[in-house]
Amino acid sequence: MRYDIAVIGAGVTGSMIARELAKYNLSVVVLEKENDVAMGSSKANSGIVHAGYDARPGTLKARLNVAGCAMMPKVASELGVPYRQNGSLVVAFCDEEMAAVQELYARGRLNGVEHLYVLGREQLFSLEPHLSPAAVGALYAPDAGIVCPYSLTIAAMGNAMDNGVELKRNFPVMSLADRGASFEISSPGETVEAAFVINAAGLYADRVAAMVGDGFFTIRPRRGEYYLFDRSIGNVVRQTVFQAPTAMGKGVLVTPTAHGNLLIGPTAEDIDDKEDKKTTAAGLEKMTLAAAKSVPGLPLNGVITAFTGLRAVGSTGDFIITQSPTHPRLIHAAAIESPGLASSPAIAAYVEAMLQGMGVLTHKRREFNPYRAPIPCPGKMGEDERYSLIAHDPAYGRIVCRCEEISEGEIRDAIRRNPPAADTDGVKRRVRAGMGRCQGGFCLPLVTELLSAELGIPMDQVTKRGPGSEILSGPVK
Amino acid sequence: MKRENRTIHVSLVVVGGGPAGLAAAIRCREQGIEDLLILERGPRLGGILRQCVHSGFGVHKFNEELTGPEYADRYIDRVRELGIPYRCDTMVTDISADHVVTCVSEEHGLTRIKAGAVILAMGCRERSRGAVRIPGTRPAGVYTAGTAQLFVNLKGYMPGKRVVVLGSGDIGLIMARRMRLEGAEVKAVLELMPYSGGLKRNIVQCLEDFDIPLLLSHTVTEIHGENRLTGVTIARVDENLRPIEETKEFIDCDTLLLSVGLIPENELARAAGVELDPVTGGAVVDEHRETSVGGIFSCGNVLHVHDLVDYVSEEAEIAGESAALYLKGELPRRQTVAARAGNGVRYVVPQRISGGGEELRLFFRPDQVCRGAMISVSSGGELLRVRNRRIVTPGEMESIVLKEEELRRVHGDITIEVGLKS
Amino acid sequence: MKETRQITCIRCPMGCLLTVELTDGAVTKVEGNLCRRGEEYAKMECVHPTRMLTTTVRVSNGAPLPVRSREPLPKDAVFHCMEVLKGVVVTAPVAAGSVIVADICGTGVDMIASTSA
Repeated sequence: MRYDIAVIGAGVTGSMIARELAKYNLSVVVLEKENDVAMGSSKANSGIVHAGYDARPGTLKARLNVAGCAMMPKVASELGVPYRQNGSLVVAFCDEEMAAVQELYARGRLNGVEHLYVLGREQLFSLEPHLSPAAVGALYAPDAGIVCPYSLTIAAMGNAMDNGVELKRNFPVMSLADRGASFEISSPGETVEAAFVINAAGLYADRVAAMVGDGFFTIRPRRGEYYLFDRSIGNVVRQTVFQAPTAMGKGVLVTPTAHGNLLIGPTAEDIDDKEDKKTTAAGLEKMTLAAAKSVPGLPLNGVITAFTGLRAVGSTGDFIITQSPTHPRLIHAAAIESPGLASSPAIAAYVEAMLQGMGVLTHKRREFNPYRAPIPCPGKMGEDERYSLIAHDPAYGRIVCRCEEISEGEIRDAIRRNPPAADTDGVKRRVRAGMGRCQGGFCLPLVTELLSAELGIPMDQVTKRGPGSEILSGPVK
Repeated sequence: MKRENRTIHVSLVVVGGGPAGLAAAIRCREQGIEDLLILERGPRLGGILRQCVHSGFGVHKFNEELTGPEYADRYIDRVRELGIPYRCDTMVTDISADHVVTCVSEEHGLTRIKAGAVILAMGCRERSRGAVRIPGTRPAGVYTAGTAQLFVNLKGYMPGKRVVVLGSGDIGLIMARRMRLEGAEVKAVLELMPYSGGLKRNIVQCLEDFDIPLLLSHTVTEIHGENRLTGVTIARVDENLRPIEETKEFIDCDTLLLSVGLIPENELARAAGVELDPVTGGAVVDEHRETSVGGIFSCGNVLHVHDLVDYVSEEAEIAGESAALYLKGELPRRQTVAARAGNGVRYVVPQRISGGGEELRLFFRPDQVCRGAMISVSSGGELLRVRNRRIVTPGEMESIVLKEEELRRVHGDITIEVGLKS
Repeated sequence: MKETRQITCIRCPMGCLLTVELTDGAVTKVEGNLCRRGEEYAKMECVHPTRMLTTTVRVSNGAPLPVRSREPLPKDAVFHCMEVLKGVVVTAPVAAGSVIVADICGTGVDMIASTSA
């Protein structure tokens, strides 16, 4: 099969780019090595839409972050993804740290962040009464927000697919070869051709680049460990609370999530293994102590899960979004570490502009629909609306996940809608079944059964996250 | 979906159709309350007993060794006999302090039930891997023992073939045997504490019968495997329950079952403004099992985690009877005092009692194994009652009865203590 | 012939470690028990140990059916009985208490349905 454009990688970068390309009369395919979208850095990060004061002025990071932050409310609303502009604080705990806060303020101004304030102790505590009494002041960026990173990715890809983009999963790119008029891209099972290629392969973007001889950058994973707390303490802080950078590092954050939980983390450890997503006792302990500097006394018995994310840190210190020097029909969109999520809408627009400059994007599709209705969420509806919905489709009245109050109708939607959930983790990321305090104890068997029925496969072929992660070993006997 | 009244009125709503809810509803009806309704989230009445196919239920209540389904069926048959209405596949989403119960189901959509009284009987949930914070990867193959039990006994599927069980509570022990009987290899059962939380009988018949090692003072320190579990690192723990580095050892397995504690499911109670006991995780109740919100009662594992269903039924009968009295305006209202856990005791239920009335049974859980134990109950500095027991353990709930004469001597808060017999 | 065995009494949480002396298969001495129930248990457990067997059998038209032995059966027959039960498939409706396998493995004990299906 020959496509106009192939995007390698269905993380937030690849998915946002795919959605942008869906606006044109082109055939676009997204190639993803995993069983679902958002399986790398986009799955496990802080979910922060940074305001843009952090990046060095003049960098692509600074520019795209400020632009992306401004675009996010509209994009999130088009895609039906919960986004909360909750503001962020960079808290100082001594006078030297206040100097760092002042420096960030100045940098933010240079980067073009419009709303930025330096708060004294009193103003700070009126915003966040549960902070450590040691806090002396903070940088306040009211434009910062929180968004669920995988929800955004899933919705972007879903919207792209609804508009004609094709997604191929379990397609690890093993070779990329320039055949002159087009590239040949192969996985162990299949080969596709594409005239243009976007390398949005996240942690593996350097390996994809190396396939055509581009060795001008490398990507190194930076591990970050997190704790996610139950929603009962999701409102300990309202803003995203960062710590002022010190000689010891950037500190850890304490933030509400877009779904109302509380998140603390991450650690920052540079490693070599691009798949090492394990959590460690030492890392979590260190991270918890660091978080206590901002908000003391967080109850560890409220932790519902721990996870590790890997950030794709590039060798140049900035985002690498550029045409390949040797193969001009290949665009790298690499090293998208923080603030990559915040920047993602702007990155997509930036790549769109590059392709326009190359004369690729000529014909807009008139029928492009930028909207993606969210899956109905009866648990959050008013009683009348909920009653009507169940009357219309009773499956929305059958609760499968008790903790998050998720119905069979929602799970069925997650399995049927683009991009269809193909495993239990995929269902969890789409509609939160199994995401609550019991972590799937009650609903995993029911979700497994629904996947089995919807996909037409036996129960023991249902997986957690693709081939090799089967939930069950086989029938009894 | 049936189109019908979205708001209905009943005397009593029982939230949960497991052993507690069934026994409470039956007793309440037997006390003359006609108009009640049981709401059950599962597809059949019986709650967790449906998946407990092993025997050992009912020894105290019926003087017989019944299986879980048999025990449940005795109550379900009685519910049918009495014509008590119930709705299955119905999830309660809210309970208000003024007894409005909101529920949703496929069949009825959303229903608001205005009730004279409410009995909370929602049971408990299992602590998950996240709650015990075991580091490592996040592969398939790590399940709570109850989830595995549901897969095997209700769905007919095996969660894996080479199993390690963490936690020696009864569910963990029962599942070790169940998996072994169905052909899995059970490599070990690990227990963090220096003693098992399970019944002696289960240790012998579930582990020793099958030569399954029970490793006390051990825990899992890391989970391995990218997609499916490939093994766990275990270690012995020191007296502070911290893993000892030099004792770390890898066990190859594809399944880790967790039996690491149960938590009463009180999210609805919290929404209704019911005061909760931070130790039990259940409501604070008086001897009628009435919570801090008048007319809302609590019983069974949602009140505190029991080790025997027989006691769940007994407690539910108290709640059912009290609810009936409440509805008839006959529930005695007296001044109450607190019943507190003293040395050697983790918690006491009920947490509040009134000084009058006939005899009263106080339930409590010891906080450690104690051989040659003396249980003492005192009030306002005066010793009310002393009882000697050969052994008490945290794995078995204890109780002590205060007689009418002793209750008359209650002047101020009551404290239960467990100490060594001198 | 004499032999000694160590077993844990399960009659109460005390869990006495019993040392049982057997002569030609008969219990001749029990030590370590704090009460009479320990001796009774030792005699039963060492001479004729039995266990209740509970499991499920397949149902051709529905979820697995819980089954149990009507009474405890010889402990050493447990795995043999499990083998036999693996081959059993019933068809709903089944009434609670109905015999699923009569006299399983010649133990004289019936396997019966724990509930209806």
